[in-house]
Amino acid sequence: MVSGLTARVRVVRDHFTLDVAVDVAPGEVVAVVGPNGAGKSTLLRALAGLEPVGAGRVVVDGVPLTDTDQGIAVPPHHRRIGVVFQDYLLFPHLTAAANVAFGLRAGGVGRAEATRRAQNWLDRVGLADLAAVRPGRLSGGQAQRVALARALAPDPRLLLLDEPLAALDARTRLQVRGELRRHLRDVAGATLVVTHDPVDAAVLADRLVVIEDGAVVQTGTPGEVARRPRTEYVARLVGLNLLAGTAEPAPEGRSGSRVRLGTAAPVVVPGRHAGPVYVSFRPAAVALYAEPPGGSPRNVWAGEVVGLEPAGEAVRVEVGTAQGPSVVAEVTPEAAADLDLVPGAPVWAVVKASEIEVYARG
Amino acid sequence: MLAVPALVALVFLVLPLVGLVVRAPWRQAPQVLTSPDALAALRLSVLTATASTGIAVVLGVPLAWWLARPGLRFASLLRAVITVPLVLPPVVGGVALFTVLGRSGLLGRPLYEATGFAFPFTPYAVVLAQTFVALPYLVLAVEGALRGADRRFEDAAATLGASPLRTFLRVTLPLVGPGIAAGAVLAWARALGEFGATITFAGNFPGTTQTMPLAVYLALETDPGAALLLSVALLAVSVAVLAALRDRWTRAW
Repeated sequence: MVSGLTARVRVVRDHFTLDVAVDVAPGEVVAVVGPNGAGKSTLLRALAGLEPVGAGRVVVDGVPLTDTDQGIAVPPHHRRIGVVFQDYLLFPHLTAAANVAFGLRAGGVGRAEATRRAQNWLDRVGLADLAAVRPGRLSGGQAQRVALARALAPDPRLLLLDEPLAALDARTRLQVRGELRRHLRDVAGATLVVTHDPVDAAVLADRLVVIEDGAVVQTGTPGEVARRPRTEYVARLVGLNLLAGTAEPAPEGRSGSRVRLGTAAPVVVPGRHAGPVYVSFRPAAVALYAEPPGGSPRNVWAGEVVGLEPAGEAVRVEVGTAQGPSVVAEVTPEAAADLDLVPGAPVWAVVKASEIEVYARG
Repeated sequence: MLAVPALVALVFLVLPLVGLVVRAPWRQAPQVLTSPDALAALRLSVLTATASTGIAVVLGVPLAWWLARPGLRFASLLRAVITVPLVLPPVVGGVALFTVLGRSGLLGRPLYEATGFAFPFTPYAVVLAQTFVALPYLVLAVEGALRGADRRFEDAAATLGASPLRTFLRVTLPLVGPGIAAGAVLAWARALGEFGATITFAGNFPGTTQTMPLAVYLALETDPGAALLLSVALLAVSVAVLAALRDRWTRAW
């Protein structure tokens, strides 16, 4: 018997096609990350049986729940898939305890036993005192914990969470994220989290599946994805510059490689590479100069400032170069002032070869 | 400039009600309102209106739920069909009921031949006539409430293992409870005031089919003072209904 989730789902809607494969092992937490409109929520609803699947298979713990070839489409209430919805959807007419007991009662558990187990779950998420309170009087963080307890109480085979932190304000979010991570670590079954926030994904998940325009573009541990982004979107998410090009090793006897980026001057990178590659580097690795830098630094691009925005203690500067790629640099506010960086100002961007990460593309 | 017609409209609506209260022979009130005929009419009205409302809720809520389902084909046609009794002159409704449930009606004849029972001129006919005119009010009110409700709660219930019936009873119904209550009050008021369909289909027999509106009409010919007092009694009931609905009608839409 294969445990956990094995799914391949194709949903066609109007001008949008979602076609992704996802596997989640028992005890594993996988985050599906992608921009709005990438199809994350559609995937989640398809797995839960709330969205008809055009073609595909969804198998949980060896039980086929959807199989379009064999005409299997188990209705949502027979799937035993717990869902924490984006705005939690706690039943407003029921107390927190009755919300948590709802799935148990639906599963045939007696009233007294269901109440007792619901109380246990509220204890586990630290809300024992709020059992008799209705959802309207819970804070966002409390509602989220009740929703988690409600989804877990009927002992689901698979737990799905749709943007579990999106409804929270920034301050509670930080705290709730840590708690949620702790609770998800305790879940024995497979867990799939859908989020557009890379930090949420990195904190909550063991593995990321990045989807864009209805297709998987990258998978890996949060560390792998953060170090070696494969699309513009992921690079922006993790705050890296990402350029695609073609590498050729330096001539015999010399180290490094040259990477051609369209019409722009080639980038010199460490290591020997050949063929299509991605080149990525941190914005902080980009130095800016108001005049052509002296000496002979490699990887110099002349360009102009396109935009500036604060980023923590630093300032992020987007530099558009004439023939080269557009790069983001991160400099101190003092440097930004010294260099007189305003939109339109001419600027020279320099990246040290040793700061550049190169990896195969495609 | 608009204040003048607005004021006229207001006076036009309020003045008759004031007249009713002012001109009613209050001294005769205890005697008229406790007369056997008046009490029988009041009792029959309350009982039949309540029975009609009960039937309307039991049949109308599922119909409203069905109508409110997204993607229902011919939904607007169905809604139009349901609205017809709302705009139909009630007398026509009474005649229409006759053609189906009268002693020689489409369904009434087989029923009469099989059991010897016929609806017309019985209290059951009163209930049927009132249900016919009241049901659309309930269906439209509940359908509106269902449309306004967030159907994703039903998704949430399904993922927790609740069958569609359990979801309907434990989640959907409680969520639209206020809408059902408002629809029921509206249907009850409509049933209580029904005249045309009742007198056509059920007749006007004191004690068995003579409801309050029929009693008022009859009294107007013989004892106008009594008619006024019975009317005030109905007015009082209507105001009570309005009070029950005030939250709904004063809410900003």
